[in-house]
Amino acid sequence: MVESSTRSTFWRGFWAGMPFTLAVSPFGLAFGVLATEAGLNLIEVMSMSVLVIAGAAQFTALSQMQENAPVIVVLIAALAVNLRMAMYSASLAPYLGPAPFWKRAVAAYILVDNSYAVGVAEFEKKPEMPIAKKMAFFIGCAIPVWFVWYIATFAGALLGKSIPAEYSLDFVVPLAFLAILAPMLKTLAHIAAALTSIIVALTLSFLPYSLGLLIAAALAMAVGAEIERRSGLVKS
Amino acid sequence: MNYSTAEIWVIIVLMGIGTYLIRFSFLGPLGRWQMPPWALRLLRYTPVAVLPGLVAPLVLWPAATEGVPDPARMLAAGTTLLVGYFTKNVVASILSGAGVLYLLSYFLG
Repeated sequence: MVESSTRSTFWRGFWAGMPFTLAVSPFGLAFGVLATEAGLNLIEVMSMSVLVIAGAAQFTALSQMQENAPVIVVLIAALAVNLRMAMYSASLAPYLGPAPFWKRAVAAYILVDNSYAVGVAEFEKKPEMPIAKKMAFFIGCAIPVWFVWYIATFAGALLGKSIPAEYSLDFVVPLAFLAILAPMLKTLAHIAAALTSIIVALTLSFLPYSLGLLIAAALAMAVGAEIERRSGLVKS
Repeated sequence: MNYSTAEIWVIIVLMGIGTYLIRFSFLGPLGRWQMPPWALRLLRYTPVAVLPGLVAPLVLWPAATEGVPDPARMLAAGTTLLVGYFTKNVVASILSGAGVLYLLSYFLG
């Protein structure tokens, strides 16, 4: 009885995660195409998608690599984009913390923007759900996006080989970034952080090794956080 | 792109390990540690702090034109941003930006 209801919770999660495949597949496809056009081979493209599963960070690494940035700069820029996941991890810990170690280790691998958003919304609604069901729901809601990310990257990498270079596909990378970015501009604090990032990055673009970008990102985070703190003080 | 095979693999593997450790942090070894509110606030802004600074030079000084500003690309970027902001639809925003770019490059030569 318990087992079958855990299973139905898994499927409930699965269907809750399904709509996100529509948003994720074009990114995976675009990543596969562009990474191939940039000169990565099929195994390298697929390894990155399997090991990293994070679109924004993968595009970041790719654009830094196209500029021939030093390896350490590619890594810092890509991992900086993924730092937000520490926040996801911290925010899921109260719900998934009681689960066995190996299940938490698996959950961490498939912790992406979409599974976090779906999972945390469900747990906030039903905090009394037993831990086994919470974990089943979380794994379930991550699976569609997880597999579609692999498949879409693979299809993109195959496609990339057959698309001639003169289609100015290079510009799809910035467009993909902007499409990820636009819905994130939810509050004044987010918009201020984005503007800070643009102004500082352009002003410091003469610095070597994308150092300007790293400085811009650090300042922009501080601006966003400070505005949020002040507006929070006003409210309370 | 001008990397040795070994460098490419270093990037892929370390990105994978680093990203996993970030994801596992509080679900795993740091589970008993409570992140201070100011740290959570800072982390909330990482994507909007990194991505705009990354995109801005790509839009203003595109590699394809060897860094010469290109009105078609700027308008395409603006279109994607606006459509994305108002519709929150990823496919629609990329396609509308790409549509603007191809139309303008066709008419402007």
